[in-house]
Amino acid sequence: PEPACGGWGQENTDPQRIAFLLRKQWTLYSVTPLYRFSNAHLRNYSRLLSAFIAAERQKGWAVEVGVELDIKVAVSSLPDLKGSDQDHAAILVELFSRSPASQKTSEEKLIWSGWFCSVCGDDFFENMPEDFTCLPLFLTNGAESYTAIVGSWFQKTFDCCFHRLAISPLNLSWMAAMWTGCKVDKTASAMELIFSVPGLLQPLDISYAIHPEDAKALWDTVQKTPGEITQEEVDIFMDCLYSHFHRHFKIRLSAAKLVKVSTAIASAHCDGIIKFLQSRYLIGVLKLLTELAVSQIQ
Amino acid sequence: MQRRQSSKTPKQPLQGHHKNQTDLSAWRKGGRIDPEKSIQNHQTPDRQKNDRQQDSLEQALCYFEKVQERVSLKKNSVLQKHLATVESVALQRGLPPEGFEVLLNVALSGKFGDTVNTCLLKSLVPASVIPESSIISSVSWLCVGKCSGNIQLLFLKWLITVFDFIDHKEQIHALYGFFFSFLQDEKMCPYVCHLLYLLTRKENGESGMQSHLQALLSLYKLFCPELVTITLPGKMKTYFKNSEGPWKAAISAIRRRSQGNSPLSQPLFLGTAQPQSRKRKWNTQLFIPASSANRNNLEQDRGKKHVDLYGTNKSFPVEQLQTFPQLLENIHRLELPSQMGSVLTNPLLLHYMNCIKDESVYLRLNYWMGQTLQEECTWCVADNQYEDEFKDFLETVYKTECFLQEGFSSCEEFLYKSLPLWDGFCCRSQILRLVSWIPLGSFSEMKSHLYDPLAQLFFTSSLYFKCSVLESLKELLQNWLNWHVIHLDSASDPQVCSLNTTLSGLVNVVAELIQFVGWISTVALRLENNPTFLLYFILDFYETVCDMYLRYSLPLLIMPPAGVFYPALLSMDSVSLNQLCYIMYRYRTNLVAAKENEQSKKKILQFKFSSQTYQEYNQYIIAMVGCLWTSTAFQKDIHPQGLHMDEELLKKTAMQEFKTSFNIVYHPAMMGYAVLFLQQAWPDDTTFNFSLIKGKKWNWYLEYLYAQGLKGLKLFIESSINRVSQASCSKAENTQA
Repeated sequence: PEPACGGWGQENTDPQRIAFLLRKQWTLYSVTPLYRFSNAHLRNYSRLLSAFIAAERQKGWAVEVGVELDIKVAVSSLPDLKGSDQDHAAILVELFSRSPASQKTSEEKLIWSGWFCSVCGDDFFENMPEDFTCLPLFLTNGAESYTAIVGSWFQKTFDCCFHRLAISPLNLSWMAAMWTGCKVDKTASAMELIFSVPGLLQPLDISYAIHPEDAKALWDTVQKTPGEITQEEVDIFMDCLYSHFHRHFKIRLSAAKLVKVSTAIASAHCDGIIKFLQSRYLIGVLKLLTELAVSQIQ
Repeated sequence: MQRRQSSKTPKQPLQGHHKNQTDLSAWRKGGRIDPEKSIQNHQTPDRQKNDRQQDSLEQALCYFEKVQERVSLKKNSVLQKHLATVESVALQRGLPPEGFEVLLNVALSGKFGDTVNTCLLKSLVPASVIPESSIISSVSWLCVGKCSGNIQLLFLKWLITVFDFIDHKEQIHALYGFFFSFLQDEKMCPYVCHLLYLLTRKENGESGMQSHLQALLSLYKLFCPELVTITLPGKMKTYFKNSEGPWKAAISAIRRRSQGNSPLSQPLFLGTAQPQSRKRKWNTQLFIPASSANRNNLEQDRGKKHVDLYGTNKSFPVEQLQTFPQLLENIHRLELPSQMGSVLTNPLLLHYMNCIKDESVYLRLNYWMGQTLQEECTWCVADNQYEDEFKDFLETVYKTECFLQEGFSSCEEFLYKSLPLWDGFCCRSQILRLVSWIPLGSFSEMKSHLYDPLAQLFFTSSLYFKCSVLESLKELLQNWLNWHVIHLDSASDPQVCSLNTTLSGLVNVVAELIQFVGWISTVALRLENNPTFLLYFILDFYETVCDMYLRYSLPLLIMPPAGVFYPALLSMDSVSLNQLCYIMYRYRTNLVAAKENEQSKKKILQFKFSSQTYQEYNQYIIAMVGCLWTSTAFQKDIHPQGLHMDEELLKKTAMQEFKTSFNIVYHPAMMGYAVLFLQQAWPDDTTFNFSLIKGKKWNWYLEYLYAQGLKGLKLFIESSINRVSQASCSKAENTQA
């Protein structure tokens, strides 16, 4: 099938190799370019990062570099995850714990993972000196305390800055429109929009679920040129959904804040949390997120 | 009524910023002196209490230094008092470096019983550093063995806890062997191991398995694998029991207290262990201590021996950089810090930055600064209440810009993003000072990003805010002009020329800034009803504008708008009038110089002042001379917004002598002088007959005015009024336009 969303549903990525990224909640961060990062030293980075983690956990005591520790760190490259040849290959950081009981069987349990990536981010970093590696998007899954330790190490080692990447309601409505137009299996789940109503003492969320085919039918009437989306089209699409809701419930959703969008492609929360659901659209979603991360950096 | 100094002696470019360059001698790490902060300290109410404490501590130290024979605590109230003093000062503020030697000598010499010794040792909480010499003498007491085993143990625990506070460690390293010999004592062994663990360096590699010995051995093995043949278990565990004792909490409490409000004033030598004054998010740190990048460690191969970890490194680590001479000696092999943000609090590194032309240095700094400003901005980020910290940060950024004499692009972008959201109140002086370092940009950018949001705030804010904005725009103009002068000097260097600012571009951007200030000044004078205070800041701005051609070699002169000129001319205050006279005199000097240059060079100059500038100048000078000198302002003023008035209309006002009402005798700003002059010249006359001031008396009156400090008026009259035919006192000599 032809790419349904302006060529952003790429298929040349091996679904097997990125399957572990799907159906997990990732917290989003933007990262400024890494100074003097090199793919040639990934193993060394693993070693030093694991020593750093041990040191942070046992603050105050010196830790020998390179001995076996109860947390193992693996830093590796994910060459599949990029949008163009100019993009740097994604970097995966994984923390495994070795429980003392299972030490002999060397059973390792993944306790935290995070990855840096850039999909079509090269346009934004033209003329960047060689010493800098641009991987503006960082996604983490696992306890925030580990994110803090790993993040601190990267900040100290490669002189970069991490910041949470929130997704504005405007960008969420773009995601809603873009993902509605994508082709998925028949058994696709409903599209769900969650709004929060401001100015109330008790928090009140409104969930608005739409059958994916209905949503697609609506979007098809709004979108003029396939493969191209304009702000105006997104506004019309959302306004149609709002007026439909108003007709039934007499509530104007346009006055509430869109906080979460879930579709069969992915789900995104305004706090900067994302879950990828379809491997063929992973690159496309990452491209959008890279764009958001870049705009936060520049 | 004196003019400001600056108008008499022309300002040199750059001069204005010297005040922000810190005194070199104060740049030893740990010796940073902030004059403002120390003044504040003087004013605190606790000050007197501190002084009293200081006195009694000195008395106590004196006592312990001189005490000869063994005294019992119970019977001796003097000892009790001094002991209590030491204890309370130590816990509140920490002890000064010079106290350690005295107290350690007493505690380890066995002059007192263990109760006193324990109490003394527990009180050894450092306020800043502990001198190495006091440790050396303590070790020698330890070797003599005059004190009990418990005290020895306590001393070792103390030493381990405060290890990082010792100012130097070279001589302590020399005592390595002595510590090693203490290993034989069973009780002391774990602590000695811990101490050796801290002390051991590569060159020290030479010793059932106890965990403290293991730790030491593992360190030996790391440095010199060939010397340790036994296999050590790989599993990480806590080798040393907590020996922090009673000191750790006291030390951190004192540190918290002494840092209190200002993260900047904390001594830098504790850099690696800087505690945070509050719990921060892991990803934001406003003040970063400098630490070296350890590239070797990062990029070494696993198979290689760990030979380069200590000592033999060729580069000079930033942690060791403490003095300016050190910087000069090691500048060729200085390693940049791992995080560029640390240069902000490290003046020596700023010097270094000033010398090196490395794009990546600025790029790293700008990325960090941009993100930090964005994340910490108190009015852009909803739940951020740490205004004081942010203020300090902005202040530091500003000082860095002053030092480097250039603005940061990240800071410029931050201002563009945050000004539209700014309330004009939060961190006001910091933000306005940062505005003055915005680099030259294109007009469209400046208008929408800077001028528009600034104008909105300007018109709706207080008089004080308006004056602050004008002040910072004057600084901005001066910084641009200085930049231009510097680049003019290095114009022969083709590399510098490639900067994408052409002269015409520069002229346009500067002209637009001046026009913007002219516009807001006109409106502000009307809104605020011409206060002298505001007029002063406006005229101050024009003092720079009127001299751009001669002082900054910029082919541009712009006259103030009528909305500024006439309020100044008709001001009730002699300061404004005098300032205006000085400005008009400088305009004249600049215009005459430009005209002469044009005529003498013959060749076609790229830039010529438009005839409109000369015309405007002439209109103003006619009005001024008409007002102050020839009493013809109402007839001769030809400016469309000027003073010209119909004779018939003037008669209807029923004013007698309306013609002379703005000359130097009757002008509301001058009449006070005229009265005083009359009183001196005719002490008996009480009728205040101003018409007596004419002819010879007129000249005396002028001399009197000059003597009163109206230097601007003097320069103006001497340059712009033709006094050859003094008797007629009439014609203004206009520049030949």
